[in-house]
Amino acid sequence: MTHIDLHSALAAADAAPYHDLVTRQTGARVRHVVEQQLAGLADGSVAFLDFTHIGVLDRSCADEFVAKLMLPLTRADAPRDGYVVLRGVNDGHLDAIEQVLLAHGLALVVQCGDGAARLVGAVTEVERLLWERVMVTGGAAAEHLEADVGLPPDEASRLLESLARRRLLRRDHDRFCPLGRVA
Amino acid sequence: MTAVITVPASLDEQSFESVIEALAAIPADAKVLVDARHCRFATPYGLTALLCLAQSREAKPDFAPPDDPDVASYWSRSAFFRYAEELYTMRGTVPKPRAAGDSDVLLEVTPVARNEDVHAIVGRIQEKATQILVQKLDLDPRATMSFVMTLSEAASNIIEHAGRGGWVMVQRYNWAKRRVGRDVVQIAVNDAGVGFRKSLESSRARALADRWDDGAALESAVINGVSRLQDPGRGQGLKGIRGFVHRFDGKLTVRSGTSRIAPVLPDWDEDQARLDGLPPFPGAQLQVIIPKRVARP
Repeated sequence: MTHIDLHSALAAADAAPYHDLVTRQTGARVRHVVEQQLAGLADGSVAFLDFTHIGVLDRSCADEFVAKLMLPLTRADAPRDGYVVLRGVNDGHLDAIEQVLLAHGLALVVQCGDGAARLVGAVTEVERLLWERVMVTGGAAAEHLEADVGLPPDEASRLLESLARRRLLRRDHDRFCPLGRVA
Repeated sequence: MTAVITVPASLDEQSFESVIEALAAIPADAKVLVDARHCRFATPYGLTALLCLAQSREAKPDFAPPDDPDVASYWSRSAFFRYAEELYTMRGTVPKPRAAGDSDVLLEVTPVARNEDVHAIVGRIQEKATQILVQKLDLDPRATMSFVMTLSEAASNIIEHAGRGGWVMVQRYNWAKRRVGRDVVQIAVNDAGVGFRKSLESSRARALADRWDDGAALESAVINGVSRLQDPGRGQGLKGIRGFVHRFDGKLTVRSGTSRIAPVLPDWDEDQARLDGLPPFPGAQLQVIIPKRVARP
């Protein structure tokens, strides 16, 4: 697991003593810095983007940074195999992040202050239920999860595959595993 | 010959329309004197709009500052003259700015032309915004972040879409004697750039519209979240502003070209949701009013 402090990324991007993630221009610059760091990671790595020292996050910046960082990773032909989890996120950050994720049909795993992970963005209730089962079990094969949520086997497998493709779960052979700490 | 534009005694969003109306009758290249000698009161919208007026003229206009020393002093403390002296030829003396002390100005007149300007605004206003919003407006401390986001998004729009620099100002008022009957904070974000209609000229909304004018462009952008760029993530800023203003029982108005819309109208205000056929004024002028929270029974 790799920790990326966004305050440091912001300083590297804008070369000025800011602590707010505002404007599209700044969002794009920070995204480039973070993309460079992610490109240096091994395949399958989980990167924790830490918002702890970030003041304000506005929606334009969140769109340019968070959403556009995730869009290529969630494509069928993703350029790299990596995962992103957000941490140190406050209510204000969360509002901006959630809105831009919804606009793009994206979702992300956010680690809360108590260490528990939650799913934020565009997910259905059934997807959320499956994802939570994975979190509770700490990882399981599809056939062990489908009964828990009362879905036909094919449907559960399809949804789990989709969650993995969207970088919300990790695929480890036939098992689907959590990204953040187990709740 | 110089045309004289008289600034009303009380200069706000509504009364600035009389300035625009007078201006509309004058050719763009004509010499203008903006006469503010008898002005006694000006809101952030009024002061920033006066700077936009100067930017919109081909010939550098003249400016007669307020006669009343208290009014002139306030305009000076609000940093109006710092920029007006660059845009106008001053006809009269302007007081030097003095420290304001415990002022209700949250953010004096501030130019917005670059990315760094938005960061500077956001950085500067947070402490004072928290103090005013929590202590004077009884808002939850978490409202401060939404308030600052609103300011940031509105200022960013100038950089993204206006094509030229604009102005921001924020001030608290005690409106006990007005219809709202309580304290308010006003945000004005004004520019004299290309305006919504021209900015959206290449948009899908324009291509699909039966009728395309300033009002249609305003509704597309402010209400429907349309942007000139076909990207589902665009238009989030104005959507966020609308959400914040609505959540805190505020009022939002946006004027551009010959139209003005009020996409968020609270119960405490009587205004029209949309006005068309106004005298033309370049760019976009946005005003947000957030009132003191009222405890619900």
